[in-house]
Amino acid sequence: MEVLSNLVQPLFADYTLRTVALGSTVLGLVSGALGTYAVLRGQSLIGDAISHAALPGIALAFLITGSRVTLVLLLGALAAGWLATICVMAVTQNRRVKYDTALGLVLTVFFGIGLLLLTYLQQTAGARQAGLDTFLFGQAATLVTEDVWTMAFLGSIALAGIGLFWKEFKLLSFDPAFGRTLGLPMRALDVLLMTLIAVAIAIGLQTVGVVLMSAMLIAPAAAARQWTNRLSTMVGLSALFGVLAGVSGTLVSSAFANLPTGPTIVMAVSLIVAFSLLFAPARGIVWRRRVAGELTDAKADMMDGEPPR
Amino acid sequence: MSTPALTVRDLSMAYRDKPVLWDIDWTVEQGDLVAIAGPNGAGKSTLLKAVLGLVQPASGQIRVLGRPYRDVREQAAYVPQRTSVDWDFPTNVLDVVLMGLYGQIGWFKRPGKKERTEAMHALEKVGIAHLAERQISELSGGQQQRTFLARALVQDARLYLMDEPLQGVDATTERTIIEILRELQSDGKTVVVVHHDLQTLPRYFDSVLLLNVRRIAAGAVREVFTTENLRQTYRGRIAFVETPKEGG
Repeated sequence: MEVLSNLVQPLFADYTLRTVALGSTVLGLVSGALGTYAVLRGQSLIGDAISHAALPGIALAFLITGSRVTLVLLLGALAAGWLATICVMAVTQNRRVKYDTALGLVLTVFFGIGLLLLTYLQQTAGARQAGLDTFLFGQAATLVTEDVWTMAFLGSIALAGIGLFWKEFKLLSFDPAFGRTLGLPMRALDVLLMTLIAVAIAIGLQTVGVVLMSAMLIAPAAAARQWTNRLSTMVGLSALFGVLAGVSGTLVSSAFANLPTGPTIVMAVSLIVAFSLLFAPARGIVWRRRVAGELTDAKADMMDGEPPR
Repeated sequence: MSTPALTVRDLSMAYRDKPVLWDIDWTVEQGDLVAIAGPNGAGKSTLLKAVLGLVQPASGQIRVLGRPYRDVREQAAYVPQRTSVDWDFPTNVLDVVLMGLYGQIGWFKRPGKKERTEAMHALEKVGIAHLAERQISELSGGQQQRTFLARALVQDARLYLMDEPLQGVDATTERTIIEILRELQSDGKTVVVVHHDLQTLPRYFDSVLLLNVRRIAAGAVREVFTTENLRQTYRGRIAFVETPKEGG
């Protein structure tokens, strides 16, 4: 109990910690909710491509505007991430290149350009001050209140998108071909959903960084799937797991010296996944073992001529 | 004579360099119950998809009830192959059936009481109303197929296009589905079914299209379903069925 209060108390006292915790909450909430769709559609790796592709966008946004305002940089990230998804979609459209090949190509090409731009910018003093390299691995301590507002603003757009296009996104994830026969513009909906996923990713870049961000998209959803068979519950639970990981990761990293926030958050969400894979009812490994064990017992009983219980 | 339910003219399609459908001419009259038969890779599913606008033909023309498909979309309903979706998706049977109404519900709205009643009615027709709340990953193959059929029935269309609805289902489900197909036909609907089983085909269907990239033959089963035509369709690629039986 005391450990917990020692962890939580600084939340109310420490401005930086409170800001970072709020930021991680927004990031966990939005990436958790949107990640559900990436996981259900078997497109878990698209998050990795989008987040890596965001790097040149951030660098270009700074290069063009000279501004270090978070909204500007995140819009740059968003534009590049979005362009990367469109590239993947376009390349796979004519079936000449497979989906995973396209992902790998786009990810590395964009990330490579990003690193080139970043290296170039590092040689100019202004960029070093702007701390663009923090976007690589994330640096939560650089978050200020204004950043959190920007994240919340972008995040509420992404969440509103899920609410407005709830049934269309469900159909897109389950049976897109059938949706097309109904006359629904499935390709446009696909682009829209990908855009919202890119928004969710852009939100987390400053805290978690481009390298680890895709974990925040996939892991909460993968954990949530273990606990429920309803899409709405899965989206909610995934968002909750995201928040849980965000806040606990922030608190733990603040309690120990030299523990970076982004990777700690990712560790926290990994623990949630591991626990869910093992212990969730019905789908968890432990549960299945037990049911299998009971079945074998029942069978053995029958062999002994006893009625099965 | 009324407008044909389906008219296909000079339809050709290719994936890369390989022709999938070649110069198909085919007409389905309204109220027909038609099977499409042919070996694997004959283009049966592709033909259905071309009608539904899911794939773009290289050349040719397709008319549904005399119009391009996009103008009469709500008059046609599609039952895709059962294996075309991931049944581990987190949703239940009723929810899948409701998807058949998503085109009519309109943007930003959710299915309401009226839609639920319609969906339940369709589930009663296919005999799985008691499974409405069942998680779809827990369904048997036959139950999955009934769910897909119910999703098409709620669309209340005039033309039904079904891709192998009898593939891998149990005998009871097969009987139920055939009853529903006949019922649709007696209500004046047109039903086109991709069907694999040559043994049952003459019993279940009035007319047939024998397809193997090209149209081999089409017409009333009793005229077209000859050993000669079947041999041409399957090109000795199956150990041959005994001479197809007439009637059931």
